[in-house]
Amino acid sequence: MRFETPTTVDEAVRLLSDDPEARILAGGTDLLVRLRARQVAPSAVIDVKRIAEMTVITREEGGWRIGAAVPSAEMNEMSDLCADWPGVMEAADLIGSTQIQGRATMAGNLCNASPAADSVPAMVAAGAVARIAGPSGTRDVAVEDIPTGPGQTSLKPGELITSIFLPVKPAMSGDAYLRFIPRTEMDIAVVGVGVHVTLDDQGKISAARVALGAVAPTVILSQSCADALIGTPGDDAALDALAAAATEEATPIDDKRGTVAFRKDIAGVLARRTAKIAIARAKGDA
Amino acid sequence: MPKDEFQARDFKIVGTRPLRPDGIDKVTGKARYGADVTAPGMLWGAVLRSPHAHARIVSIDTSAAEAMKGVKAVITRADFTYQPDDPGLADVLDNCMAGEKARYDGHAVAAVAATSKKIAHDALDAIKVEYEVLAHVTDVDEAMKPDAPVIEAGRQQENVPAGLSENVTSRSKYGHGDPEAGFSQADLVIERSFTTAATHQGYIEPHACLATLGADGQGDLWVCTQGHYMVRNTCAGLLGLDAGMLRVTASEIGGGFGGKTHVWIEPVALMLSRKAGKPVKLVMSRDEVFRATGPTASSSIDVKIGMKKDGTITGATATYRLQAGAYPGAIAFLSAMCGFAPYDLENVRTEGFEVMTNRPKAAAYRAPGAPMAAYPVESVIDELCQKLDLDPLETRLKNAADEGTKSAYGPTYPAIGLKATLKAAQSHPHWTAPLGENQGRGVACGFWFNFGGDTCVSLMVNPDGTVSLSEGNPDIGGSRASMSMMAAEELGVPLDQVRTIIADTASLGQNEVTDGSRVTFAVGLATIKAARHAIEIMKERAAMTWGIDPEAVDWHDGAAHPAGPNAGKFPPMTIKEIAAIASNTGGPIAGHHEVNAEGAGVSFATHMVDTEVDPETGAVKVLRYTVFQDAGKAVHPDYVEGQFQGGAAQGIGWAINEEYIYGEDGRLQNPGFLDYRVPVASDLPMIEPVILEIPNPGHPYGVRGVGETSIVPPLAAIANAVSRAAGVRLTSLPMSPPRVLAALKGQ
Ligand SMILES: Cc1cc2nc3c(=O)[nH]c(=O)nc-3n(C[C@H](O)[C@H](O)[C@H](O)COP(=O)(O)OP(=O)(O)OC[C@H]3O[C@@H](n4cnc5c(N)ncnc54)[C@H](O)[C@@H]3O)c2cc1C
Repeated sequence: MRFETPTTVDEAVRLLSDDPEARILAGGTDLLVRLRARQVAPSAVIDVKRIAEMTVITREEGGWRIGAAVPSAEMNEMSDLCADWPGVMEAADLIGSTQIQGRATMAGNLCNASPAADSVPAMVAAGAVARIAGPSGTRDVAVEDIPTGPGQTSLKPGELITSIFLPVKPAMSGDAYLRFIPRTEMDIAVVGVGVHVTLDDQGKISAARVALGAVAPTVILSQSCADALIGTPGDDAALDALAAAATEEATPIDDKRGTVAFRKDIAGVLARRTAKIAIARAKGDA
Repeated sequence: MPKDEFQARDFKIVGTRPLRPDGIDKVTGKARYGADVTAPGMLWGAVLRSPHAHARIVSIDTSAAEAMKGVKAVITRADFTYQPDDPGLADVLDNCMAGEKARYDGHAVAAVAATSKKIAHDALDAIKVEYEVLAHVTDVDEAMKPDAPVIEAGRQQENVPAGLSENVTSRSKYGHGDPEAGFSQADLVIERSFTTAATHQGYIEPHACLATLGADGQGDLWVCTQGHYMVRNTCAGLLGLDAGMLRVTASEIGGGFGGKTHVWIEPVALMLSRKAGKPVKLVMSRDEVFRATGPTASSSIDVKIGMKKDGTITGATATYRLQAGAYPGAIAFLSAMCGFAPYDLENVRTEGFEVMTNRPKAAAYRAPGAPMAAYPVESVIDELCQKLDLDPLETRLKNAADEGTKSAYGPTYPAIGLKATLKAAQSHPHWTAPLGENQGRGVACGFWFNFGGDTCVSLMVNPDGTVSLSEGNPDIGGSRASMSMMAAEELGVPLDQVRTIIADTASLGQNEVTDGSRVTFAVGLATIKAARHAIEIMKERAAMTWGIDPEAVDWHDGAAHPAGPNAGKFPPMTIKEIAAIASNTGGPIAGHHEVNAEGAGVSFATHMVDTEVDPETGAVKVLRYTVFQDAGKAVHPDYVEGQFQGGAAQGIGWAINEEYIYGEDGRLQNPGFLDYRVPVASDLPMIEPVILEIPNPGHPYGVRGVGETSIVPPLAAIANAVSRAAGVRLTSLPMSPPRVLAALKGQ
C-alpha cells in the first residue's frame, strides 16, 4: 500500500485517476477503522491534508467555503460560522468525541455515505453544496445528491470533494440538528433530523428544509415535512403536522439499533423538537 | 480456622486513603499490560473463528496457509493430542479449539503463528474450512423445548425432569417451608415472568498473552488474567505438561470482573509456540472478546411472592432458567441460592436450570447469577408494595434477614449488615428528596456470598528494614495498596516502607483466582498472619540480642520492646535495627502464611436510584444513585467506594442498554462497543457510596469482600425506578428506549 501526500488538487486528481483502487484520506476516522478491520484494502491512500486550499475556511458571497480537509473542531472554533449555521456546526460537533472531532471532516462524513451520518442532514437542510474536482474539471453538486446508498456516492472515478459551501444565511432564518441515540455520547444516530426555516415579516415560515437521517438508505429531504411548516407560524398544529409527516416519510429498517415502528415514532418526535429550535433561532430567541 | 478472628482495635493506616502505588505507571503508560511485552524472535498469533452458530467441521485444509512465507505454525484441534480425562477440562479444550463441531459464532477452529500480524491474518484467510451447517438455538426458552437442536447429547444429569431438551443439563433446588401454604395466608400474591439479556463484563483490556514452550516441556507464559495459577494448572492439564515446568506471570490487568477467570487463547499460544519453536504473542481483538470469551448468561425467570397487608412475606418461589452457552454451565444454581437471600422467610422454594445454547460459554461476571436473581424478586416486592400501599424500605426491613436467620439457601447467618444498609437508606436525604414529572425512585437489596480459598503470602524483611510483600493474586481492585496497608498496620511501620508485588507461579504456593471478592479478605488475612509470623521472628532476634526470653518481648510501633519483668531494661529495637543485624542473629527474616481461608463474611447492599423517563422516546436518564453497602472494614475507602460505584455503573448498563443481540442466523450482531452500549461517563450521575462497617467475625480486621455485591441490586433498583416513573411495570432487560416506549404505549 502506498501513502501519497499531494500538495495540489490537480496532483490528487491525477493520483486518483491513475489508480482506481486508491482512496482519499481526510481525517481517517472512518477509513482507518475500516483498514484496521480489514474491510478495505486500497492500493494507495491519498492524504489530502497537505493541499492548502482544502484546509482553509473562506468567506464567499456572504457564505462559507469550508475546505474538505477541515476538521469539525476547527469549524467549531469560528464563532461567526457557528452564529450563521449553528445546526450544521452542532451536527459536526456531535461526531464521535473530542479526539475524533480533531480529525473528522464533513466531507469525509458525506463520502463515507453512512445513512446515519450526523452532519449530512444538517448540511442538506442548510442547502449546502459540494465542490467536486475531477479529470474533467470542477462541478458543484447539492450535498443530498452525493450519497446514493449506504457506502455509495455519485462521485465518478478520479473525483474528490474539495470543499463544502454553506450559502449566505437568509435573514430571519435558523437551523438546527438533533439526533436520537440510546446513550448520551459516542453513539450512532437511530434517527437524525436537520431543519432550516426562514420567516417572513409576519413571523410566518416562508421557506423550510427538513432532512431526515438514518430512516432510509440516504438522507430524505422531505417536501411534505417542509409543507407542514410553510405558511404557518410554527405553532403546535404545524409541529403536529410536521411530526406526522416525518413519521410518514420515514422508511427505516428493523435492525439492532431500532425497530421500524420505533424509528418512525422518533422521526416525528425529533422533527418537532428540532423545528422548535430552528424556529426560535430564526426569531432570534435562541 | 476459627471464625472469631476479629478483634476491635484502633487503626493507624487501615481506613486511610493513601495514593495508589500503581497510579502513576498506569496514567503515564508505563504499566505493562498483557500486550505490552515482546520477546526475541517473537511471532504473532491469530485465530480463525467459526462464522456459523452451529456447524460440523467436515475438514480443515491448512496447506496453503502453511506454504506462505513467514508462516511458522498452523494448528487445529488435531495438534492437541493430549486428551484430558477430566470432563470439565475436556470442555475447556473444546472451547479453546473446536473439535467435531463449531458450537457458536466465534468458536476457534484453527490458529496461526507468523512473523507479522499481517501475514498471520493473511494466513487465516488462506485456511479452508468445510462446514456442514446445523440448526442452532440461541434463546434459553427455545433451547429447553424438547425439539430444540441439541448442542451436545449425553450431558443431562438425572435431576432434570422429563420432557425437557437434552440442552437442560441440570436442575438445582433450594428452600424450606411450604410456599403454597404461605400463598394462602397472603393478602396479595403476584406472579410474573422476567427476562434479562446476556451482558459482557466489558473490561477495557482484551485478552493477551506471550507464550514460550520448548520441546523439553518447560514453558513461560506472560498473560493478562485474574488468576495465573488457574492459567498454569489449566494449560498444564490441557497440554499434558507438568504444572511445575510452566511458569506463569500475570501482567497488569485492565479489568476482568470475572471474565478473566478462564483460559481461551493461552493454551493456543502455548501450542503455537511449541510447534513453531518460538515465543508467540496472541492478542484478541474486541470483536473476538465479544464473540468468543465469556459473557454472562441471559435468563428467563418466574417469580411468585405472597404478602400480607402489613408487608410480611408469607411465601415465595422462583424458577431461574439460565443460558449457559455451548457447554454445561453452573450459574443458575447460584441464582437459585441468591434470589431470596436477603429475606427471613418461612416458606421459600427456588429452582435453577442450566441450559446449553449456541452461544459462547457463559463466564463469571461479578456475583455470577445474583443480579438476575435479585432483579425479578425485588421487582415483585416493589410491585407488592405499590399495590398494598407500603413503604418499600420499611417492608424490606420488616422481612430482612439478620443474625440467626436461616437463609433461603440453607445456612444460618452470623452477624450481617443488611438491616444497617436499609436503615442508612431510610435516614439518607436521597430518600426524601422531591421528584419531578416523569421521575421515579427505586430501591432494591442484594446479596453475595463472598469466598476465601487457597492463599499464600510471603513477607520479606529486607536488610535495610523495608518490607517486600509477595502475593499471588492479580491486582484488579487495588489489592497491592490494601495488602501494603494491612502489612504496615500489623508491623507498625510507615506505609512507604512496604511494597507489594504479584509474584509468578514459581515464587509462591497455589493461589486461587482473584474472584469471589476474596482477595482483600483472604490475602489480607494471610498478609496479617505473615506479618505476625515475621514479628515473632523479630521478637526472637531482639530477645537473643538482649539475652532475654522471647515471650518477654512485645511488638508495637514497628519495634520490639522488652516487656514484663524486663520492661524498660533495654531501649526498643526497631525493625531497621533488627534487620541490620539479621545475618548475625540467624539469617534473613521472612514471614509467610499459607491457608485455605474460611469465614468470608456474606455481604449485603441496598441501592437507591432516581430515573426520568422521556415519555416520547422511552429514553431513561439516571438522575441520582446512592449505594449503601456493608464492607466489614474498608481498608482503603477510595477503593471500596470505587467498587460500589463500579458495580452500580455496570448494573446501570445491564439495566438500560447492554445486551448481546443475535440475528436469525445465530451470529452476534454487536461485537463492539459502538452497538454493545456500556454507559459512557455522561450517562451516569455521580454515584454516591455510603460505606457501612459491620465487622466480619472471620477476619482479624473485620474485612468482608466488597467487589461483587454492588452489581446485584442495580438491575432491580433501576427497573423499580423506571416502572414507577413510567407508570407501567417493566419485566424485560435491558430497558432500552424501544422497549420502554413500547411499554408506555401499552404494546
Ligand atoms: C469513535 C468514532 C465515533 C464516531 N462517531 C460518529 C458520530 O457520532 N456521527 C457520525 O456521523 N460519524 C461518526 N463517526 C464516523 C466518522 O468519524 C465520520 O464519518 C467522519 O466525519 C469521517 O470524516 P473523516 O475526515 O475522518 O473521513 P475519512 O475516514 O478520511 O474518510 C471517509 C471516507 O470518505 C472518503 N473521503 C474523505 N474525504 C473525501 C473527499 N474530500 N473526497 C472524496 N472522498 C473522500 C474516504 O476515502 C473514505 O472512504 C465516528 C467514528 C469513530 C471512529
